[in-house]
Amino acid sequence: MAAMSTGRRRRTTDLVILGLTAGFALLWLLPILWVVVMSLKPNAELMRSTAGFVPLPFTLDNYINLMKMETVPRWLLHSLVVAVVMTALVLVVSSMAGYAFARLRFPFKKTLFLLVMAGLMVPEQSIFIPLHTMISGWGLHNTHFALIMPRVAVPIGVFLMTQFFRSIPKELEEAAEIDHASRLTVFLKIMLPLSVPALTTLGLFTFIFAWNDFLWPLVSATRADMYTVTVGLASIQSNFAFSEGLGSVMASAVFASLPIMLLFLIFQRFIVAGVAMNAGK
Amino acid sequence: MATPRTPARRKEALTALLFLAPFLVAYGILLVYPFFKGLWMSLHDWELAGNFREFVGVLNYEDLWADPIFWKAVGNTLLFVVMTVPSMTLLALLLALAVNGRGRLKGILRSIFFMSSVFSVSVVTLIWSMVLNADNGLLVPLFRWFGATPINFLGNATFAMPALTVTTLWWGVGLPMALFLAALSQIPPELYEAAELDHAGRLTTLFRITLPSIRNTLLLVLVLQIVGQFQIFGQPHLMTQGGPANRTKMLVQYIYETSFRDWQVGYASAMAFALFLLMLGFAMAQLWLGRREDA
Repeated sequence: MAAMSTGRRRRTTDLVILGLTAGFALLWLLPILWVVVMSLKPNAELMRSTAGFVPLPFTLDNYINLMKMETVPRWLLHSLVVAVVMTALVLVVSSMAGYAFARLRFPFKKTLFLLVMAGLMVPEQSIFIPLHTMISGWGLHNTHFALIMPRVAVPIGVFLMTQFFRSIPKELEEAAEIDHASRLTVFLKIMLPLSVPALTTLGLFTFIFAWNDFLWPLVSATRADMYTVTVGLASIQSNFAFSEGLGSVMASAVFASLPIMLLFLIFQRFIVAGVAMNAGK
Repeated sequence: MATPRTPARRKEALTALLFLAPFLVAYGILLVYPFFKGLWMSLHDWELAGNFREFVGVLNYEDLWADPIFWKAVGNTLLFVVMTVPSMTLLALLLALAVNGRGRLKGILRSIFFMSSVFSVSVVTLIWSMVLNADNGLLVPLFRWFGATPINFLGNATFAMPALTVTTLWWGVGLPMALFLAALSQIPPELYEAAELDHAGRLTTLFRITLPSIRNTLLLVLVLQIVGQFQIFGQPHLMTQGGPANRTKMLVQYIYETSFRDWQVGYASAMAFALFLLMLGFAMAQLWLGRREDA
């Protein structure tokens, strides 16, 4: 009997904790909700008052004007191109290098791997100035190339792929080797298909990183027509007086966040699983 | 390592080189070379635009040592780390414990707390600059209701730093929470069954089973947070511009301003190298701690 009442008390406590957490989650969402609501109100109304969580009077003008302005859609396009190409390149480059480190024998392998891992210690802030000077010298600022290439050489991607390939049982390749399949065939036909979970994780995190990248695009893409959304929204914050066009600013923020939100909602399972996978290391 | 002896070995090494080439070329040109070039630049009086550069030896480092704003920025950054990392870790742990387990509602709550981490820094700062605004912010009606004057958090010497901390917590708690959730899911259920048989209370179970089981993750979260928060840039750059009176000026922000506002890239490179040394110090401390854990 005593055990049963303990169990009931435990369940009640569980429910109370869950309830409190749910309340906290609503509080957590409140700023987002408020911003979305403001983006749906006329600017004149927002001049009067920004309070309230009901979009009345309601308008879609802020979003319509956004489309007419063309700047935000263009920034969005730049962000998409940069994020997609960067993700593809990181996946190709990291998985190739990871395969070599995990499966092939060659001289100075350990030394080379250590040299690559040493790159993990270098924070981007300690190389972005010389990078800027180099790319200035090549005359390549305000290009997609400049936004993408410095982000392709990421040691963490090589590390993850090497670890993952090492965890794949060797027997799977040995069968192919008996058939005299080339290394490239083994890599493409056996290793890559087995690595879809690792590639998904690395790809998602690279995409989110690219989308949210700030310091490097801020110094490299200096022309407003080459901004990514992250830099563009930052420029709006510094230039706009918050009291005028508030609704438009909020609509820009909401619109610019839609793609990454969509990606998150579709792939959230993989993102959380990916965190778990990396934590296992 | 010996050189490859047989043709087969030589062919394998050549294949490896081909597989490694794309990464190594990018790595060499865009990471290793800039790193040493940065070191070289830090020994010069070097301007961002134009051709003015003069070798000055360690003069930049001497100036750095005597620069009060540099030390202010280092101090502010450390203060920010001290304010953010423990609170972030605790909040992430509490949330993970609360939303761990099965059930639709818990799944939704997990998504909500994780969601804010996919926003870019400029969206987060836009949202929170609005929320904390003293004229038409989210909290203004609350102040009015109490009959108080709204506080201009971001322009206030006392509240600016806590405001950046709250913004950062809201933005960043998702990742450490997910790390904790992953660790919690790996605790063997038998441990909890044993505790239940012993009628162990909730807190006893937490301190005797849960926390010891996720100790390594706790360490990992702390290290990741320290390294990550040390590099804070966007929040002060966009929300306070380092103000009021340099109260929230951070190290990376000072590096950015020195190089891209004042054009002193030589001096900024010296600062960037100092940042690298500080981060290296953290990494070494982590290795040292990890070794002690294993022993």
